[in-house]
Amino acid sequence: MITKDLQLNPKLFKDDVEQKATREGFGAGVLLAGEENENVVVLSADLTDSTKCGEFAKKFPGRFFQVGVAEQNMAAIASGLGVSGKIPYIASYATFSPGRNWEQIRTTISYNNSNVKIAGHHAGISVGPDGATHQAVEDIATMRVMANMTVMVPCDAAQAKKATLAASHIWGPVYLRYAREKSVVMTTESTPFTPGKAQIFWESRRPKVALIGCGGLLYNALLAARELEKEGMETVVVNCHTIKPLDDEKLIALIKKAGAVVTVEEHQVTGGLGGAIAELTAKHCPVPMEFIGMQGVYGESGPASALIEKYGMGVKSIIAAAKKAAKRSKR
Amino acid sequence: MTPVTDKKLHSLAHIANLIRQDVITMLAEAKSGHSAGPLGMADIFSAFYFYILNHRPKQPHWPGRDRLVLSNGHICPVLYATLAHAGYFSRDELKTLRKMGSRLQGHPHRESLPGVETTSGPLGSGLSQAIGMALAGKLDRAKYHVYCLMSDGEHQEGNTWEAAMFAGKNRLSNLTAVLDRNSIQIDGNTEDVMPLEPLRAKYEAFNWHVIEIDGHNFESIISAVAEANVIHERPTMVIAHTIPGRGVSYMENDYRWHGIPPGLQNVPGAPPVYDQVKVALEELREAARKSI
Repeated sequence: MITKDLQLNPKLFKDDVEQKATREGFGAGVLLAGEENENVVVLSADLTDSTKCGEFAKKFPGRFFQVGVAEQNMAAIASGLGVSGKIPYIASYATFSPGRNWEQIRTTISYNNSNVKIAGHHAGISVGPDGATHQAVEDIATMRVMANMTVMVPCDAAQAKKATLAASHIWGPVYLRYAREKSVVMTTESTPFTPGKAQIFWESRRPKVALIGCGGLLYNALLAARELEKEGMETVVVNCHTIKPLDDEKLIALIKKAGAVVTVEEHQVTGGLGGAIAELTAKHCPVPMEFIGMQGVYGESGPASALIEKYGMGVKSIIAAAKKAAKRSKR
Repeated sequence: MTPVTDKKLHSLAHIANLIRQDVITMLAEAKSGHSAGPLGMADIFSAFYFYILNHRPKQPHWPGRDRLVLSNGHICPVLYATLAHAGYFSRDELKTLRKMGSRLQGHPHRESLPGVETTSGPLGSGLSQAIGMALAGKLDRAKYHVYCLMSDGEHQEGNTWEAAMFAGKNRLSNLTAVLDRNSIQIDGNTEDVMPLEPLRAKYEAFNWHVIEIDGHNFESIISAVAEANVIHERPTMVIAHTIPGRGVSYMENDYRWHGIPPGLQNVPGAPPVYDQVKVALEELREAARKSI
């Protein structure tokens, strides 16, 4: 059942539950960060409105820098700002940043340990009609692999706002992942958020499988948990909003208790959240695992919801994966 | 800047000679690294650290310091030797270049060594980083100036031109770049590998103020920077024509010395491998004796 102490959205399973894109949360969060700290600056690579930097640009024109279609330049300029006392947020689509500018991020931001926040927008296959060129499904992997880098994937717009603000309080490079499409707002203003602290959204007494997810797709995991409960199978659903560093202690405890894991992410099943959890289980608590996500293929144009179904990230796919993992665990 | 005296010019040349000697010794000890670029840039480094820069070697993080960003990190032996001569750390440490546990990494790392303003090596992103520092300086209404030392070869990187475009658009008058126009890169002469000319016209088209100088003439280096500092509303590019390998006759203008140290391999036209370090140091010491 839904965890009570996190004050999640009471309308969570209602038809009229609020839907909002996580990129909206970025826009609100970066504005808050800018109001709170005058050293916060924003750089945009010709995608100001779609990455929701417009309000910040309007309110703080002197702290907003338009770099044009030049993501490599944007990253390295941010590096210079970040070592000079500023807290730069760089915003573009994730396929371009951190896609196109991966090496600048590695050398000038990550290794150089500059205080830069990388906002990767339009991540995941839910970008939809733009097609596979614009659907970043590798960014968690390419950012997670970097030393010094923190990686956060907020689950909804409300959490995106908190994560964006929280990033300005973390000293050092941070990657934040946002989606274009609206998704269910699972949390509320009152839901706590601490970077690095995984949240249990759904918990039954004797879970047979742990569904560990991130981003908007976590809602499908909750729907799957509800269906599975009706069928008599108990689960635990974890919002793993911080993929690096992982909340090792909490995750190990609940994985040991459940005995099986399904990871749920809008990302390739290699290297992302699934990869991170597999590394954790292999070291501390080996259990059967199934991986929901892109199965080593690129996406295509189409409506977001239809793509999610087609590429095996729908509720039915999660239910099937949960049963398979639980069966393999033989508990 | 105060007018430069003949005595000062002489002293800058002497320091550059000592820096070159240290570069040769460091490379020979490390048994790897780049020779031509560091020797070619020794005069410019001497001019910056011993005349142009407003800096405090004993307070490397002093907020008011001028920033010098080395974009082409592979010539770092000249940066390290200069920093040591300027008093950032002991000259004894120079012999640890490229060795395990050393602060003198094969390519410079900001967090490793005092005086290093940024991590560099992969080419083409130094100018962008210098732009970031210049923007921060403008936001803070700080008086410091940002200098970016660049190679010609890295003008084949797209990132360099993205940065040039941005600096021109934003009229970053607190930014001055110095382009080491030595015309060589690893695979050969730049105009054979991938032609760069006309560099002056390109930067002018990007709305930069451009000055061309002999990169071994201290008066020219100093007056070019002085001119750049009074140019408002535009960044300045100083195209410094230098001789790669300057000071060691068998290395001068020979691209084969771009990426190798002396004393490691035989190069046609150069002294035998066992004599390369000795010959290089003797030539430099002789030049120093003559100038006294």
